[in-house]
Formats: sequence, C-alpha cells, structure tokens
Amino acid sequence: MMYNDTLQTARSFSAEEIRKDFPILSRPVGKNPLVYLDNAATTHKPTHVINSIRSFYESTNSNVHRGVHTLSQLATEQYESARNIVRNFLHASSQQEIVFTRGTTEGLNLLAQSFTNTVVGNGDEILLSGMEHHSNIVPWQMLAQRTGAIMKVIPVLDDGSLDMQTFYAMLTPKTKVISVVHISNSLGTVNPVNEIVKAGHNAGAVVIVDGAQSVAHTKIDVQEIGCDFFVFSGHKLYAPTGIGVLYGKRELLEKLPPYQGGGDMILTVSFEKTEYNELPYKFEAGTPNIEGAIGLAAAIEYLQQFDMESIARHEESLLRYATSLLEQNGVRIIGIAPGKSSIISFVLDGIHPHDVGSLLDRDGIAIRAGHHCTQPVMKRFSVPATNRASFAMYNTMPEVDALVDSLGSIKSLFA
Amino acid sequence: MDIADIRELYQDVILDHNKSPRNFGKPHTHTHTSCGHNPLCGDTFELFCTVDGDVITDIRFEGSGCAISKASASMMTSELKGKTIDEARHLFATFTNAVTSPLDSPVDESLGNLVVLAGVREYPVRVKCATLAWHTMQSALNQSQTASTES
Repeated sequence: MMYNDTLQTARSFSAEEIRKDFPILSRPVGKNPLVYLDNAATTHKPTHVINSIRSFYESTNSNVHRGVHTLSQLATEQYESARNIVRNFLHASSQQEIVFTRGTTEGLNLLAQSFTNTVVGNGDEILLSGMEHHSNIVPWQMLAQRTGAIMKVIPVLDDGSLDMQTFYAMLTPKTKVISVVHISNSLGTVNPVNEIVKAGHNAGAVVIVDGAQSVAHTKIDVQEIGCDFFVFSGHKLYAPTGIGVLYGKRELLEKLPPYQGGGDMILTVSFEKTEYNELPYKFEAGTPNIEGAIGLAAAIEYLQQFDMESIARHEESLLRYATSLLEQNGVRIIGIAPGKSSIISFVLDGIHPHDVGSLLDRDGIAIRAGHHCTQPVMKRFSVPATNRASFAMYNTMPEVDALVDSLGSIKSLFA
Repeated sequence: MDIADIRELYQDVILDHNKSPRNFGKPHTHTHTSCGHNPLCGDTFELFCTVDGDVITDIRFEGSGCAISKASASMMTSELKGKTIDEARHLFATFTNAVTSPLDSPVDESLGNLVVLAGVREYPVRVKCATLAWHTMQSALNQSQTASTES
C-alpha cells in the first residue's frame, strides 16, 4: 500500500458516500454548489491521493534509482511499487511493460518517434479513426512527414460509431500501425478494440489503443484486448496531472529505440558509445515524476476498493437519465452509438456552446464547450463546437437535474 | 438561475443584437473586406466596408459565432456607419481598452451603447469573442486579408 489511511477492501459503492472523499466537491462556485461535469477533461482527486503526495514529500522525498541512502531506497521502492500497482491494474504480465510518461500525449509521441523507420517507413500506412483526439493525429502526421508514410482515416457513421466495414476494406499489407481511441472523448463511443486488434494483427499491423477516456470507466485487461500498446493519463483517473502510462508488449518495447536520451535510461556512457538500460528504464530518461507515479498508484488503490462493475452501472444510469431528460428538452445529442460511455456532446439550436458554457458556469455547473481537441469530429458532424457533459463515479442524479434546469433557463433567456 | 447576475453580460441589448443582427449579409459592392476567425471556438465573420474619401459609408458583416461575438459585430457596424477612418480607429482603441481593463476601472462613457459589452471583462476567456469583429474591421481598413484572434 502506497499510503496508509482508511482504504477498505470490497467497499460497497455509493456516489453520495464517496463524494466525501473528494474535498473539492464541497466547494461553492459563486453562490452555487459546484456541479462538476467536465470529467472527460480531468477528474478530481480523493483525499487518499492528495495525502499520498503529501506523505511522500514529508517522509520519503528523494531521487530514485540513484543513491544508496535510506530515503533514496525508500523512494525507489515506492516508485517501483507504483509501477507494480499499474501493472496489476492493466493486467500486464510484467513490470517491464509499464513505462511512466507525462500522459497519453507523451505516450503517443514516444511511439510515433520510436517507430520512425523502424516500424514505419516510406510508403507504409498508418490507420487512425475519424474520432481521434488531436494527440492521436498530430504525432502520426509528423511521423508521416518524416518517413513518407501515408495516414488513412477510418470513417465515423452518423450515430458516432466506427465504420467497421470500411475499416476491414482499408487493411492492406502496407498497414503497419493502427492507432485508435478506446472511448471517444467527444462522442462517448466505445470502439470494438478487441475486434480491431484481431483484424490488425491478421494484417500484420501493430495496434495501439488510446485509453485516456476508458481507464476510469471500464475494467482494462491489456492481455485480453490483445493490443500491442495501451496509453493513458493519470489525471483522468483521479490521479495528478503530469503522469501517465505507456504499456507495451515486452518484445516490441525491446526492439524500439529510446525516445529521449539522458540519465536513468543508460547502463554505460562514454563519448564514443552509450549502452541503453533495460526495460522499462530505456524509455524513462531523466528524473521521473515520482510524486505523480505515487499519486497514480494511490488513485488506483482508491478505485480498487470498489467493484468496477458497480461504478460502470452507476455511470450508465447517469448517462441514461441525462440522455432522456436532455432529449425531452429538445437538446440535440451528437454521438448516440449503442453501448456508449457516459460522455454527452450536445447542442442547443441557435445558442453557441460558449454562451451555454458561460451561463452554466454562473449556476456553478462546469461543462466543456468547444471542439474538445477533436476538430475532425466537429467537421464530420457539421458543428463548430459542442457542449459536453461527462460523468464520473462521484456525480449524482440531482446534478443532472441541475444541468437540465439551468439549460432550460438558458433557452428561455435566448428565446 | 440568478438572472440578474447573468444579465451583467447577457443583457437584453446583447441578446437582441444576437437574435436580430444589424447590417447582416454581404453587400453588392464594397471597397474593403477582411475575414476574422477565432480558432478556439470556430467563430468566423466576414466584414465588408465601403469607404468614400475617409468616411465609412457602409459596413456590413456575415458569418457565425457566439452571442457575444455576433452582438459585438452588429453593434460595431451600427456605430461605425458614417464615421471617418480615424474615428473608427479611435473607437477600436477605446473599445478594446474597455473590454480588457481591470474589473473595477471605470468604463469610457463615449462608448455609448457599446458599454454593455464591457461586462465581458468578468469572463477573460470571452474577451476574444467581443473583440473579433473589431480586429477584423481594423484589418479590413488596413487592407489585409485575414484577421485572427490568435495573431
């Protein structure tokens, strides 16, 4: 255990109860209680996570993998124990497959960089979905520019689901990489990643799953998904910002060249030659985000008190309740794929999302208004921007009511 | 919802200009034009001016955006019709100063109706919405082709 406080095993899940574990949820915004529905952007942190970081700095702070002194050894133990907690959480087979990063974006950049002329070369094809976050588009565009590879995009259907028929038709012997989002941050679509991995492997491609939006909402078993790489950010999983994880199959990580050079990623250095460190340190140059890794492990421990199924059920009931109330109130929802996650993108006809966002804020309600770093999705659905309400395990039905009431007032203001 | 509170920014006059924008639509002829774009929210306006000597005899716009940007464009065109280029530049400076000043500083009364837009000060992320049309006007008069809130 990373930080010794009152965690329980097999704690029964109650949104009302767990709200007490998140100090920020009791603060007001203006004259109103905070209604936080921007969880796809980032989640709040439970006391257990905050305390784990505080405890690290108060009792252990030191650099890792360096000194022989007591604190350095303790810090190293905690950092490596965090790695093992992540391994267990993702159901990876070895700690060597868990690379700490700054977040999803860095994980994807690491891969795109290391794939240059190793996995992907001139004329090869990179397959992405039409609902990718900019962080799963731009690094591949840069890779294509460096190598002369070609980027292809799997289309999105009208309901927000992926056009799987076209996906199969797009696979060729030239397809070297498939990188797809597990759950779309702007549509809420849950993509059939197991199926994509299977088809991708049959075509001889390496498959990456962007788990930024899935880790907090569904059980992740990278071996069951079968993907070659899986990336996520801690801060969408109730952990601090600035820490993330790249999972990669060992034999693939071993073949890839390092992403950055520096301390910790080496075994021996001379001015003539450097011998790289073993996995996963080969990909962790420099002093890592130690407090971040410890905070991430604490967040996973916090989450693992509960049965993930009960969290998923709660979030699904929030999604259903909000969807039916919004539809009754004439709100247009963008992204209605079957089995979608608890993210609702919506537009109010004739009212720009930024006006909606500012006006909701005056009622203490936090949503995201904009393009959600998915401009191609906005273009696909012919909207400049959307409003997005995204739910986490601590949200409640009365918060959905507050959102719907406030939207009603906004509609009358603009009538 | 606390309507009185919200109307500090979303006042009737802004909502009215949003709903029924004045000088909206492309004119048959113009002497100066520019396109303004805010990449953060997708707001895009095209502005068309007819300048005779140094007087703006006609100014119209089209495009789409949020209530603040649209009302600001509509009110700006109403204010500038018949003004000289120098007067327009002066008003641009007074207006941008008003919407970017600290919350507690007084608003220049010479802004007339435009005073209502000074409420945007309270929402720093929305200032660009209020100034988009103004930057577009400035670049049209400078004869440059595009204006962006990100330049």
